[in-house]
Amino acid sequence: MAFGAFQSNASTAAQPSGALVTQRKSPIALLLLLPGVLYLILFFLTPLLSLVLTSFQAPVPGGFAGDYETAFQWQNYTVVLETYWPHISRSFVYALLATVFALMIGYPIAYVIGVKLREYPLWQALALVLVIAPFFISFLLRTIAWKQIFADEGILMSALKGLQVIPPDAYFTGTPAAVIFGLTYNFIPFMTLPIYTSLEKLDLRYLEAGGDLYAHPATVFWKITIPLSLPGILSGTLLTFIPAAGDYINASRDFLGSTDTQMIGNVIEANFLILQNFPAAAALSLLLMAAILVLVTAYVKRSGTDELL
Amino acid sequence: MLEASAPVRGFADAGADLSLVNVSKRFPGFTAVDDLSLEIPAGSFFALLGPSGCGKTTTLRLVAGLEEPTAGSILIGGKDVTLAKSHQRPVNTVFQSYALFPHMSIMENVAFGLRRRRIDNADTLAREALDLVELAHLAHRKPSQLSGGQQQRVALARAVVNRPALLLLDEPLGALDLKLRRQMQLELKEIQSEVGLTFLHVTHDQEEAMTMADTVAVMNQGRIEQMGAPVELYELPKTAFVATFLGQSNLFTGKVGNSTSDTMTISAAGVGITVPLSRAHVHRGTVTVGIRPEKVALHRHKPADGNRTVLGPGRVLDASFSGVSTQYLVAVPGYADVTVFSQNTSESDSARNGDEVYVSWSPDHAFGLSDHPVGDSGKFAADTDTGSLAVAERERLEAELEES
Repeated sequence: MAFGAFQSNASTAAQPSGALVTQRKSPIALLLLLPGVLYLILFFLTPLLSLVLTSFQAPVPGGFAGDYETAFQWQNYTVVLETYWPHISRSFVYALLATVFALMIGYPIAYVIGVKLREYPLWQALALVLVIAPFFISFLLRTIAWKQIFADEGILMSALKGLQVIPPDAYFTGTPAAVIFGLTYNFIPFMTLPIYTSLEKLDLRYLEAGGDLYAHPATVFWKITIPLSLPGILSGTLLTFIPAAGDYINASRDFLGSTDTQMIGNVIEANFLILQNFPAAAALSLLLMAAILVLVTAYVKRSGTDELL
Repeated sequence: MLEASAPVRGFADAGADLSLVNVSKRFPGFTAVDDLSLEIPAGSFFALLGPSGCGKTTTLRLVAGLEEPTAGSILIGGKDVTLAKSHQRPVNTVFQSYALFPHMSIMENVAFGLRRRRIDNADTLAREALDLVELAHLAHRKPSQLSGGQQQRVALARAVVNRPALLLLDEPLGALDLKLRRQMQLELKEIQSEVGLTFLHVTHDQEEAMTMADTVAVMNQGRIEQMGAPVELYELPKTAFVATFLGQSNLFTGKVGNSTSDTMTISAAGVGITVPLSRAHVHRGTVTVGIRPEKVALHRHKPADGNRTVLGPGRVLDASFSGVSTQYLVAVPGYADVTVFSQNTSESDSARNGDEVYVSWSPDHAFGLSDHPVGDSGKFAADTDTGSLAVAERERLEAELEES
């Protein structure tokens, strides 16, 4: 684009302003956008539309379970809100806690890799690989592995019971703590990498200037390092919170959860695949989307990162 | 409030003395500062002058507390601060990169140091400091919305507002264009006399150092070659490095021939070059004598005055006109090329390339050095910075590879 603009400026030197305007509307630009636009129409708009339509469907009178017809049954929304209110709020509480823990763990990791290891490129590269390494194993397998580790008769629990650190009837899998642990663990790389990208660019001379201006290292961290890495914190928390709120693996009974830890993702899954209550599942999905959209918009507005640099 | 019990904590009434005692700073592979001792009296404007990689910025960082010395101690106002962290020192720095916090407004930047020390009327003081640098109208802007010169003034205000005992300036004018630099030099000097702080200014610009500082220390390879008032350094340089880094010099090396009670003459290629003993650091053996180009006169015919040192005849290799003066390069057989600065006054002779000329000067203007020039490029110190050594080594290896 830049080259094109330059060229057309050179060839139509008589009306350079006109050249710029026509460049904006160039058919080539639209053509280049086409694959992306088609992709979005096909894989985002169509399913969304189908989801919206499904969410208003009503059961066919006298039909089998799973038979629905097009209608405008907006009560679907109030019904699911009433029925699944605990799951919805649980989802956001779990996701919020997991995001906070992932930030507390991910930020120091990102700081060490992005700032402390700058002088040692080899160690920096190695540490980055270690952050990404879990991705080489499937998400499901890793979560199952944790289930094994935390199992009531597993090595960790039996050792702790043997040492009488915990009572003999204690258990961990199936508790909210286990679900939040799983969520935190699985999303740490998504938190760490964006923060690392921000910290890696951090100009350490600002920190020196802070010290020179009588700021204690802790003050330098709060007043300078954190604000300057805010874009990374913002994307890291979003990349953790949004998928964590909709996660249905960690909270599932087959993994780290139990019937008491079901999140909205599990409910949607159950309604779609087991209960075959498609309108309820669609309504819940849309409610989840809307809730996340509202929360995220408020969060981004509040953090005011657009003012940064 | 807090300040009632702690009366404006840390505000210096006046500048403080700075002493460096046998300070060394070694990095793996090279020594940046080598056994440096320095005494800067309170209220003075001191310049550390040297080429890049000479250790001047490291010295400044040691004083600011951004580096720890390998050996030696640093005293500010008689108090040993060698082990103090940067935020504990009564020192502020104007960084070469300015390092203005990009996420804060100009006002917040300037008030930052005051707020850290919980000074009551931080806003008023910050506004006054911005007034001093005539930028009060931009107080609400972000640093990225300011020009380089304005950012430089904000950096200065941010440091000066804290009334530090010692203000460190790390080539703060380097990024400015010539006109703005001159203007800022004047402003800096004005602020210094107004607030009475001790200024330590690090620069590679010899003109800047000489116009601004009371005392200049010329630094080379981690050591101070010579220290003194600018006039003294210029008129009587002690080493070949100072003679060529601070302005230009024509240098002649020869054995001391006959000497009288107050002069000595070295013989270089059969001609005697006389220098007063009081202006020479070494009085016997092989001595290098220098003369500044503007002290050398150009003649069409051999001058008759017996008191002057005369070389020639030589040939003009190059004449470059620069307005107020013309710089000639004259090849004199048996000597190195002689540089002559000739003022373009109406009575002076002008010569053209290839003209046969004589050069002469009064022996009173000559000076004797304590060492000899190294190699041909005496103007630049050998670049022994680890980075450049690595680059040189790499270039050498690449050249070898290409050959084979």
